Amino acid sequence: MFSFIGRSIIQKTITLFFVSVVSFLIIHLAPGEPSQVDPLNPKFTPEMVERFKKEFHLDKPLYMQYIYFYKGLFTGKIVSWKDNQSVLLKIWERFLNSLPLFIVGTILTWTLSFPVGIRSAIFRGGIYDRSATFLAYLLISIPGFFFAYILIILTVTVLHVPVIGMETFGLSTYSWPPVFMDRIWHLLIPSVLGATGGIAVLSRYVRSQMLEVEGQDYVRTARAKGLSSEQVHYKHALRNALLPFVTMFGLILPGLIGGSVIIESIFSWPGMGRMAYEAILARDYPIILTVNFISAVLVLAGTFLSDLLYLVVDPRIRL
Amino acid sequence: MTSAENILERPETPRRTRLQELWLLFKENRLAILGLVIFVLFFSTAVVGVILTSGEDPVFDPALIRLQEKLLPPLARPNLETLAHGEAPRLGVYLFGTDDLGRDVFSRMLQGAWVSLTVGFVAVGISVLVGIFMGGIAGYFGQSHIKNDQVIITVIMFAGVVLLGLGKEMAGVVLLLVGHASIVLLLVSKRIFRKRTPPKWLKMLHRNAISLDTIIMRLVDIMLCFPSFFLILTVVALLPASMYNIMIVIGLTSWMGTTRFVRAEFLSLREQDFVAAAKALGIGNFRIIFRHMMPNAIAPVLVSATIGIATAILTEAGLSFLGFGVPPPHATWGNILSDGKRFIFDAPWLTWIPGTAILIVVLCFNLFGEGLKDAMNPKLREK
Repeated sequence: MFSFIGRSIIQKTITLFFVSVVSFLIIHLAPGEPSQVDPLNPKFTPEMVERFKKEFHLDKPLYMQYIYFYKGLFTGKIVSWKDNQSVLLKIWERFLNSLPLFIVGTILTWTLSFPVGIRSAIFRGGIYDRSATFLAYLLISIPGFFFAYILIILTVTVLHVPVIGMETFGLSTYSWPPVFMDRIWHLLIPSVLGATGGIAVLSRYVRSQMLEVEGQDYVRTARAKGLSSEQVHYKHALRNALLPFVTMFGLILPGLIGGSVIIESIFSWPGMGRMAYEAILARDYPIILTVNFISAVLVLAGTFLSDLLYLVVDPRIRL
Repeated sequence: MTSAENILERPETPRRTRLQELWLLFKENRLAILGLVIFVLFFSTAVVGVILTSGEDPVFDPALIRLQEKLLPPLARPNLETLAHGEAPRLGVYLFGTDDLGRDVFSRMLQGAWVSLTVGFVAVGISVLVGIFMGGIAGYFGQSHIKNDQVIITVIMFAGVVLLGLGKEMAGVVLLLVGHASIVLLLVSKRIFRKRTPPKWLKMLHRNAISLDTIIMRLVDIMLCFPSFFLILTVVALLPASMYNIMIVIGLTSWMGTTRFVRAEFLSLREQDFVAAAKALGIGNFRIIFRHMMPNAIAPVLVSATIGIATAILTEAGLSFLGFGVPPPHATWGNILSDGKRFIFDAPWLTWIPGTAILIVVLCFNLFGEGLKDAMNPKLREK
């Protein structure tokens, strides 16, 4: 157990090192200089470019830039090239904005997909199962931005509720119930959008897991003993079908920082995804690299966590 | 000879070939058939579309601007008095309406179909090729090890090339020379110490450092750490805008699944008798890989490639929606939708038509792929 933990931590640290090198190389070897991003600006004289390069170590060789960047990242001193603010503070601010979207989206995904998937599996081949299957494919295939506009058109023309941004501009003077409802409306539609793909995929997965377990011998035994169908489905089958999903809790971790670029830019939501998108447009390398690094850490931590959870939950696995 | 013996002796061929069997199962799945039909329709539309919308004098001109006819709804008749000769739409009506510059949305959709089709196929083609190559190496040659001396020489040579690239000729050339010299030295020392026991330091150099399998699978792990859409977005935004860059970038960021798949298949196939027989016959490695093992491993890869095409089309649409990708005068379904978003309440057809088109095409690839997957599932085949 401990040797497993130690080994995987070492392995993941090595992977992380290579990820940091590769992402650094991708960004710095791509054509175009970050100092040339605004060549038409009259204030951007050659002296300014020189000062800019000197300030952010762009005149140093690549490996020195790498060392400077990661030293800055680990001491928390790294600053954005555009406004000289601390990158970590900026990311934290945007993270707090994205967090409600993530929480509501995750709750929707996990609470909706289980009932849908289980019911599909129990009534396999019926009209409910077939329509749920088709709906799942539809939701997987629909482009997020198109679905977003359908929902916007519907809510604005039918329900007359504004949905863009985090809150309606100029509403803060009212008493709390309308303000609260306003917040909920603004939060609901982007989170539903963020959850659709997840609901479709997860419910299919729940269905196939349930079907697999329902075919096992011990379920047939339970049925042959004369247990009620509730007991067979929920006590004998579901509990065993749940096993792989426990480990999936680790895999939602990367979603924390992902923040959908497209959805956040449609809804003018000042979250992580949009900040990353703006940083890419402005060639703000410290922000891009930091976001990339944090998300790589979260992916690795997520897989580690899911391995650990598997160890805890499944007594058949002993390392 | 009795008849019973006769039956035993005669090699019995299966009544149906594998493809016929597959088709029989596939036919049962109505949704998958629907997917196949739509796919064929989409394919022919894209091919016809690229012929009709390109050239000097295209039949449907997607770039013709008629400002006096802007934002007309679908099936609207053109106002022929205000149009110059040859500006009227070929069909007599604007089948899908016009956009904010008065361009015919129908011809723009035709032009965009080709982009979606090629991006989907080429990107997935690249990712499947890379995936098969990497997975094949990891599965077949995975157990062979790279030795310490090889690692050291590679590092020296690589550093030399990098230094040359950075403009430091002196150091680079010296490192390259050192690398070449050490190759020669190693070959010579191997020859010298063939009979005698080699000294300790040479043994250290010849020790196994890392297996090929480990290298490739760690590379897969590294690639999986990147958030894929964000990575694609970054690279596409930094590179000059072109369709080919998008195909290559999507292809090079999505080969990991195929690699894992092919590796797993190869690891199990390698132990099978027919491979052992082929080896015993003295057939070369590459012939074994491509002639004997690949046909047995390729079917599931192709199924996942079908679903990969759906994902690639969605990614491309998302990128052009964000304003990256194929440069503007060329229409793609993503950028028609993105241009139309400013008029979402006044001209909703600019959102509905490309959106529905993307949805249907992606859906057909998904249904077709899932249908194939079900048809190939041995558990279902027995029934």
